[in-house]
Amino acid sequence: GCFVFKPSTKKRRLSEKTAHDFRSTSCDSEDTELRFVTYQSLWNQIKFETEQIQEDLNKQLLDNLVSFLSRSHSDFHEKTTKWTCRMKFREIPTAALVLGVNVTDHDLTFRSLSDVLQDNITPYVALLEAKDCPGIKNLMQKLMGQLMNCDIEVDSMEDEDCVQVSRNGIRCSMPSLISWYESVTKKTDSETPSKKRNSSSRHWQSPPVVVIFKDMESFTTKVLQDFIVISSQHISELPLVLIFGIATSPMIIHRLLPHSVSSLLCIELFQSLSCKEHLSTIIDKLLLTSRFPFKLGEKVLQVLINIFLYHDFSVQNFVKGFQLCIVEHFYSQPLSVLCCHLVDIKKRVYSLSHDQCENIRRLPSFRRYVEKQESGKQIELLTNDSFLKEETQKLLEDLHAYHENYVSVLRCLHVFTSSLPKYPLGKQIRELHCACLENRVWETEEYESSLQLARMLNKTDLLTMLQQCVEILMSSSGKEFDKAVEKLKEFLTQFQNLEEASQEQDVSVSSQKELQKKTDLYHLQKTLLELKESRRSKKLTKFEMLRFEVVDYIDRLVRKYLVPADNRTLHEIVYFNAATVLRGHLNAAPRTALHTALNNPHWYLKNQALKCDGGCISNKAPDICIVYKLHLECGRLINLVDWLEAFSTVVTAAEEPNADAASSDQVDDIIHARFIRAVSELELLGFIKPSKQKTDHVARLTWGGC
Amino acid sequence: MSRPEGTRSSRRSLQVKFVPDEDVLKHIVDDAGTKVRKDKAQLSVSVKRFVKKLENISDNEAQEILEEKNYVAALGICAQDPLGNGSNISGGEVYSFQTPKRSNKMAELASELAHTPEKNVAPDQSKCPEKMAKNKMFLLMHVFSLLFQNKKKEFVSTTPYRLRKRLAAPDPYLESESEYSASCSEEEDEEEQKKVIIVSSDQKTPAKTKAASTPPPRNSLAKKIKEQKMGSLVEEYFEAHSSSKVLTSDRTLQKLRKRTLNQQTLRDLLKNAPLAYAAEIRDLNKQHESLFSKWMLQLHLGFNIVLYGLGSKRDLLEKFRTSLLQDSVHLVVNGYFPSITVRSILNSITEEVLDHIGTFRSPLDQLEFITKRFKEDSSLELYVLIHNLDSQMLRGERSQQILAQLSSLPSIYLIASIDHINAPLMWDQAKLSLYNWLWYETTTFNPYVEETSFENSLLVQQSGSLALSSLTHVLHSLTLNARGIFRLLAQHQLEKKDNPSYPGLSFQDFYQQCREAFLVNSDLTLRAQLTEFRDHKLIRTKRGADGVEYLLIPVDDSTLTDFLEKEDEDV
Repeated sequence: GCFVFKPSTKKRRLSEKTAHDFRSTSCDSEDTELRFVTYQSLWNQIKFETEQIQEDLNKQLLDNLVSFLSRSHSDFHEKTTKWTCRMKFREIPTAALVLGVNVTDHDLTFRSLSDVLQDNITPYVALLEAKDCPGIKNLMQKLMGQLMNCDIEVDSMEDEDCVQVSRNGIRCSMPSLISWYESVTKKTDSETPSKKRNSSSRHWQSPPVVVIFKDMESFTTKVLQDFIVISSQHISELPLVLIFGIATSPMIIHRLLPHSVSSLLCIELFQSLSCKEHLSTIIDKLLLTSRFPFKLGEKVLQVLINIFLYHDFSVQNFVKGFQLCIVEHFYSQPLSVLCCHLVDIKKRVYSLSHDQCENIRRLPSFRRYVEKQESGKQIELLTNDSFLKEETQKLLEDLHAYHENYVSVLRCLHVFTSSLPKYPLGKQIRELHCACLENRVWETEEYESSLQLARMLNKTDLLTMLQQCVEILMSSSGKEFDKAVEKLKEFLTQFQNLEEASQEQDVSVSSQKELQKKTDLYHLQKTLLELKESRRSKKLTKFEMLRFEVVDYIDRLVRKYLVPADNRTLHEIVYFNAATVLRGHLNAAPRTALHTALNNPHWYLKNQALKCDGGCISNKAPDICIVYKLHLECGRLINLVDWLEAFSTVVTAAEEPNADAASSDQVDDIIHARFIRAVSELELLGFIKPSKQKTDHVARLTWGGC
Repeated sequence: MSRPEGTRSSRRSLQVKFVPDEDVLKHIVDDAGTKVRKDKAQLSVSVKRFVKKLENISDNEAQEILEEKNYVAALGICAQDPLGNGSNISGGEVYSFQTPKRSNKMAELASELAHTPEKNVAPDQSKCPEKMAKNKMFLLMHVFSLLFQNKKKEFVSTTPYRLRKRLAAPDPYLESESEYSASCSEEEDEEEQKKVIIVSSDQKTPAKTKAASTPPPRNSLAKKIKEQKMGSLVEEYFEAHSSSKVLTSDRTLQKLRKRTLNQQTLRDLLKNAPLAYAAEIRDLNKQHESLFSKWMLQLHLGFNIVLYGLGSKRDLLEKFRTSLLQDSVHLVVNGYFPSITVRSILNSITEEVLDHIGTFRSPLDQLEFITKRFKEDSSLELYVLIHNLDSQMLRGERSQQILAQLSSLPSIYLIASIDHINAPLMWDQAKLSLYNWLWYETTTFNPYVEETSFENSLLVQQSGSLALSSLTHVLHSLTLNARGIFRLLAQHQLEKKDNPSYPGLSFQDFYQQCREAFLVNSDLTLRAQLTEFRDHKLIRTKRGADGVEYLLIPVDDSTLTDFLEKEDEDV
């Protein structure tokens, strides 16, 4: 069943040929190269960025782990003779690493972990996976293989015999491991003065052996228990450290291991960053920044986030989806040439061909823009290429500026909304971002209610928020914010002044109180109530006035800067909006596609004969559709004879029986054959299976669609 | 609200009413009028606020629902997709409960379908009545078969055939009932006959009315219908699951007196039969073919591609291969092939692509070797095309794991097709991330010619030709005694073929018989022989409830008969 095809002339496809594939639609082929290059540089940047983020986020965790490891066996080589120490050494130091359910992201974490360990602590790191270790024997084999291999890498000498040893794997047992360890450490001891200086300075004389169980939950308990018991016997000779990768909760250790075994471990718990935080950081750094010219549309972002939240919690998949978006955008949108950094825009705009100019004119957002201009300019825009280019450049620069402002104002708004009770606009900035992209946020009810809530903020909160906003706006690269910053600062000082003023007021109130010192209970009550009343019904304090002003100002900023991107001219160039394509590729539903094809073949085969209304199906439909439709009417078992008969009734009725009785036998055979084919196709698709319960019966396997 | 109202009226008309302290105070203090008004405003404000709070709370509850809706909306936005990948159906339609079925419903639907086009397309009046009659007859036939089945009469299965013969008669729809009753009354008493008539007319009418009154006045009835639907859904569920008995007719293909088709004739017949909607299917395939360069690009960018949708995707992939992969090393795997294994895939990579001679201890070792080689030599590139990644032989967990790891290598480009409805269940998150799939819907409506051409995937007529040849081949390599032993077992099984609960021949009985035929001299030799049979999958052993070992040949009766006949010829 396998066939290898080799080209006779060994033409090697070069990587630059990938660009050749980029030649998508026939209409334009000129800018494809450039588009591909742009794509590549952009994607590389983003990839680098995500890796950086991942590294930064894991740094804390890795640091903790490293310090734990260095602590665990620090006294190994010195005090082995001490009896107490030996007693203590019966316990294997263990790190339980809680990583969360997004299993797919773990690989990266482990990779960076082992890199860090190899750099800082020990060359002897073994990564074990449950699928490689069905038994203790396999586990030992795998472990020794990895350890000895890494030993070879460290030595990087012509240790031929060593290779052979590990290849043959004479006896994978603990004693052999220990003897190997001794020989290795001795060797490094003796070689320390020579060239191995740097490596020995990084590691200590007897570095610990780190064994990482990547997916602890899927290991068989017996294997784990055996391994732990055996190695705890030898812990005094072999400085072993275990790391458990845990996807669920730390409780699993105690469920997998009985007390007698888990008491041999000295467990310390480490918690990795939650994937949600990771995602927020990624979104923050990749999407809410003006560093990358490429943007995601609202629907697309929603699809990506939904896949993350409802399906896998995998940041990796999110980034993959992001990559797909970029590919799709640069592949399908010829104007994506212009989706580049601000510095390149001018050059690229002026090198546009006439066809590309036509493409620009065809953009819906550009048409809208043209319609708004006066007639003279309209004609210029539609006929004069160079004028169009100038205009395009200006518009693109506008768009760029819009992004810069958008991000800063969005952050400011988020500062306000994220602390409101009930979070009417969402807790995360991504929710706010989606809301702003979707439509005019200030027209939504949520925005209205959050403004109302903001009008009730207390002073300290308000002050800190304002402070934060000032910082955000100051740090943004947008030039238009000088005034806004000034205004906000003014608000701040006003609040400060207010504080003093209110203190004075307090003084005056207390003095008033003192005036009425001599009074009876009734009067006291009366005045107190009065005071309360007056406070409640007071028109508006200065503070409140100011608060209103602040909120109104923020509102004004929002209305000015958070215009949804669809309204901007030329947004098609930088925004990717084909959510359906994305969803089809990432989150496909094969079953529904089959369902549609079988129930409604007209969806795919555009033939009038197949068109019919509602749930029924034409009798001219493809055989498999008819057979499928008929089988829906059956119970658990289907009699093949009945089925065949029903099928032939339908088919003969459909075929306008011009055939006479004479040739009916021939036709029957053909129908029979078609029936067989259709039924076996249904079997291949998994709707039915042969059944032994009754002769000539098949069993139904699904219950949908009836 | 009422309180301030009360105070105001009390001021005007001096009625005695309950007045809260604060208001009295206000009244006493000074210019009460304005204050009260203010107070009222305040109160109403607070009330409003309270209401708002309540709203907020309910909002919060509603929010979850809303979010759910958003999710569905976001995921279901495909509806406006022009090309249409058919995912605009809700899951409830695709996945539903089992509903109870009457056994003749299929026939009803068939007859309904049979004359649907007469409504739409210009009807051919002359043929209509005949056809109608035919359908009616068909229905009746099923009623009969149902009834007879319940009565467990032997003649039943022949009757429909007789009836069917009569269908050819020119005027069958006149007084059909009396004819049938006549045909039955030979063996049935009068009462039964009446029942038949009643039932047949009963069955007929709903089918007719159903067709006639399809569009009822929906609006008025909608709610009622929905309620009924809910109620009936529950009832139906329990009805469908209450009895394990299966109500189907007892007719078998053998009694149809149709010659069984073998693979070759089937193929020839189908070749003659014209493919329906060839033009539309070609259009559909053209659409898919326009994606080839995109696939190539995405493969190169590190994604792998999986194709799904109704219809064979073999030709499509083949076309992809011939048009784009001619200049590069590629491997085609026919997953539907019944003897394909992961090992053979790996072997062809190591032996033919990497030109490595030597064996490996395990597939994992082999995989490691391949990984190493591909990592070392960056100029090495390999395209892997797998037809039917979800086939019987490849769907196992281990094979998928290995294939996934293989596909995750940056210079191996995998493009595969899946067909089974549950194929996505093969992959967990870890495998999915290794595969790094991009899904493409390629509904082709092409018949699955190659995929279903192998014996094990066909359940119907041509069963056994492969099994037969393997039986004879294996047995020819055995000793004469061994063949005798197998014959004995086969004969015994054929004798008992009418007994549906035949458990197999018990070992002791078998031993006795073999001894009598001088085929074995001790039960050890018999056991040794049986082990050999079992290794060749010629027999199956089962332990009965009483602990006795039963032997069974897992081949259907007709094949076994053929086999014995052939053996007789040989001997």
